[in-house]
Amino acid sequence: MTLSTSKNGSAVTETYINDALQADLSTLVESALAQAKSRGASSAEAAAHASRGFSVTVRLGDVETIEHNRDKSLGITVFFGDHSGSASTSDFSPQAVRDTVQAACSIARYTAEDPFGGLADKEQMATRILDLDLHHPWDLTVPQAIEVAQSCEQVARDSDKRIINSEGATLSSHEGIEVYANSHGFLAGQRSSRHSLGCAVVGQDDRGMQRDQWYSVARRAQDLDLAETVGAQAAQRTLRRLDARQLSTRKAPVVFEAPIASSVLGHLGAAIQGSNLYRKASFLVDHQGKQLFAPHVQIHENPHICRGLGSSAYDNEGVTTHPRDLVTDGILQGYLLDSYSARKLGLQSTGNAGGVHNMIIKPGEDNLSGLLAAMGTGLLITELIGFGVNILTGDYSRGAAGFWVENGEIQHPVDEITVAGKLQDMFQGIIKVGQDVDIRKNIRTGSLLIDNLTIAGS
Amino acid sequence: MLEQVKQSLLEPAGIGDSELDRLIGQLYGPAMDYADLYFQYSRHEAWSLEEGQVKSGSHSIDQGVGARAVMGEKSGFAYSDELQIPALLDAARAARAIAQSGDGKQAAMVWQGVKAPALYSSLDPLASLKDDDKIALLEQVEAEARAQDTRVKEVMANVAASFEQILVVRSDGVLAADIRPLVRLNVTVIVEQNGRREQGHAGGGGRCGYDYFLDSDKALGYAREAVRQALVNLEADEPPAGSMTVVLGPGWPGILLHEAIGHGLEGDFNRKGTSAFSGRMGEKVASDQCTVVDDGTLKDRRGSLTIDDEGTPAQRTVLIENGILTAYMQDNMNARLMNVPPTGNGRRESYAHLPMPRMTNTFMIAGQYDPQEIIASVDKGLYAVNFGGGQVDITSGKFVFSASEAYLIEHGKVTRPVKGATLIGNGPDVLTRVAMVGNDLELDSGVGTCGKEGQSVPVGVGQPTLRIDGLTVGGTQVGD
Repeated sequence: MTLSTSKNGSAVTETYINDALQADLSTLVESALAQAKSRGASSAEAAAHASRGFSVTVRLGDVETIEHNRDKSLGITVFFGDHSGSASTSDFSPQAVRDTVQAACSIARYTAEDPFGGLADKEQMATRILDLDLHHPWDLTVPQAIEVAQSCEQVARDSDKRIINSEGATLSSHEGIEVYANSHGFLAGQRSSRHSLGCAVVGQDDRGMQRDQWYSVARRAQDLDLAETVGAQAAQRTLRRLDARQLSTRKAPVVFEAPIASSVLGHLGAAIQGSNLYRKASFLVDHQGKQLFAPHVQIHENPHICRGLGSSAYDNEGVTTHPRDLVTDGILQGYLLDSYSARKLGLQSTGNAGGVHNMIIKPGEDNLSGLLAAMGTGLLITELIGFGVNILTGDYSRGAAGFWVENGEIQHPVDEITVAGKLQDMFQGIIKVGQDVDIRKNIRTGSLLIDNLTIAGS
Repeated sequence: MLEQVKQSLLEPAGIGDSELDRLIGQLYGPAMDYADLYFQYSRHEAWSLEEGQVKSGSHSIDQGVGARAVMGEKSGFAYSDELQIPALLDAARAARAIAQSGDGKQAAMVWQGVKAPALYSSLDPLASLKDDDKIALLEQVEAEARAQDTRVKEVMANVAASFEQILVVRSDGVLAADIRPLVRLNVTVIVEQNGRREQGHAGGGGRCGYDYFLDSDKALGYAREAVRQALVNLEADEPPAGSMTVVLGPGWPGILLHEAIGHGLEGDFNRKGTSAFSGRMGEKVASDQCTVVDDGTLKDRRGSLTIDDEGTPAQRTVLIENGILTAYMQDNMNARLMNVPPTGNGRRESYAHLPMPRMTNTFMIAGQYDPQEIIASVDKGLYAVNFGGGQVDITSGKFVFSASEAYLIEHGKVTRPVKGATLIGNGPDVLTRVAMVGNDLELDSGVGTCGKEGQSVPVGVGQPTLRIDGLTVGGTQVGD
């Protein structure tokens, strides 16, 4: 097992996530597995997690909240032949661990036989744990964090007199460790850190108030955007929404701006997820090998990006992860499977127990203004609200806000509209992918130009 | 109840009244307005069925203490999942750093309880039914769903229960305890006809034991309802797009109130002036027919609380009376800062989260119209009777909620079903367009979970049938 260590000096000695903690958590999960075995379980898996951190929020220049976080949990799943049970606890005392193992075993007495259950296949266990450089604790004190958040919010508030109020700026810094073991003999720990800085402000004009926000997030503090940049973005995004009005109902091409375009690919992820496939609860059942997108669309999963927010050397069942193609020339290459759904479908786990690890759509040549020029007249969507997405049928209908565009130029902000269509058509209708990739999420995409959606308004 | 909760939360950790004095002394200082400790123990279980079998079950235990110090608009917060004095003293010290004061001296408190009538049983719902019988219940639900129609292809059902004990220890000497049961059962079915697949959902629950689902056939009723909805959706056409008259059915469509006005009337946003309703107290924000309340005192309801998470007894708060905005929902901090009494709306997801103003059961009082009369009054519009989730932008006031079962109204009659679509409107404006309020007030079946700033809490909604003149329907069919 490989461990990453901090590269920024003094934090190494300060860090809570260290070898001693990892050893303790390893002992804990091994003890849980041993207890399961002694209770007669034929196999078992256990995961322990611990994390620590803090966040500060500054509003109107003054501290609003200081929150210290400190969490831990232990979860165990036991198998008695084809019967399984799960239990978890936040209490690591020997008595609580015993009770938790017992609770899992007791549940397994009642659950039905399920020949598709059990641990992931032994041959798929990760044998070499890659160091993905995910753990960079930040030796930041609370007063320093307050200063950063203050300067961030100050820039936003000072940027324009129409910024009349603020929801504040928040800086948070957390580190954690997850140790996973199963009765194949697999035992590994992954350490990680996550730091973020965000700001939300309120603007006002004759038509009323609007708010918007911006944030930066990274594994490593030095990769965060400057406080001033985050504040300026938050203000600029709020100001541009002022004077928004409804559109009349129409059909038009749309551009999903990169920060929200990831949601469209998120729906792809849900539709090719194993649990939705074996239940036939997805519009993409039996679509492997089919043309879902135009031939220019390439989608890749890369779990091994150094410091990536979705990076992981192995999945929640210990299965090794691999970089792979999900969509090649518009054709769906594979699904997102854990061991259970893979067995149900007669396939092999793809290392996606717990989800996708960095889904990336290959960026195109154009920046956002290039996409707007290619669209000509249509809607630039910058915010989506609500649910209204049906993965079974592909029906799509969400609340939206953004900008009306004519001849490639933004005309005015719009809100109180919906955009609707079918995900099948939206995927086929992706005309261009922007080069303006947003790397703040597990799904990385540039803005997306889609040929046609129904816009409902006045 | 206070003694029972003290015994189960504090005694095992060796915490008596003098240790509480010491903890509050560590947390609270003269520069502060308020401080509290929130002790919580919770157990949760879930059983789920698919493909005819209960294949998985889970059980979890969580416990801990949150320590909060409040000074003006500032809150310092830390928590511990170890119920041991040294860990709690650490949390108290970390939280009080916000005030940069406090001397850590022993306080000499005179502890006093809170009188509030219990609104639900203090039984442990996990133990209210044998495990065998929980499984049998899910199997019966499955069988009932499949017996409805041969087009039923998949049935997924799950049942869950949680049992919570909480103790609030306040710097003003108040000690308040609550024991909160909660159960929930959900059914999803997928039906298929000529290659087309559609789904339906139903469920319910409340602050009671599992026997709730056995009473008057409730669980089997959810199974039948889920199948009915799914079959309706098999026949549904593409939904219309644009602004039109919308009639909302009674009960769960009250999610309208939760999104359109409920969040906007929470005290924190209004104290900060970031809500579209800020500064509008006493103004007309709805048609005369609209009276909307938030009521945490309804017996056994999912959104009810004997006391809130700050020890304030739940109450009925009239938010809008005959169209006039009359109150915001408050927790202790925002009430103090706005110089109004708290309303029993201080809630938190757990000990690891800060409390804030949240809704309980939010609904509109019944009006005078027969629901049939309301439908008959519409020449052309949408009749929406079931919904998924919703969301609101507090500042602009724009809100959405997504229909999952809807029909066209043509010439005063409900005609064809149409597929679900998202409805969007403007919160401060939408209730002014309520033209008719039905006499058929219903509360939802106990399925709501509200999310705010990353915290989830159980809530209820309700309303009578409503006619709204002009709401934007987000379908795909651009009309004539």
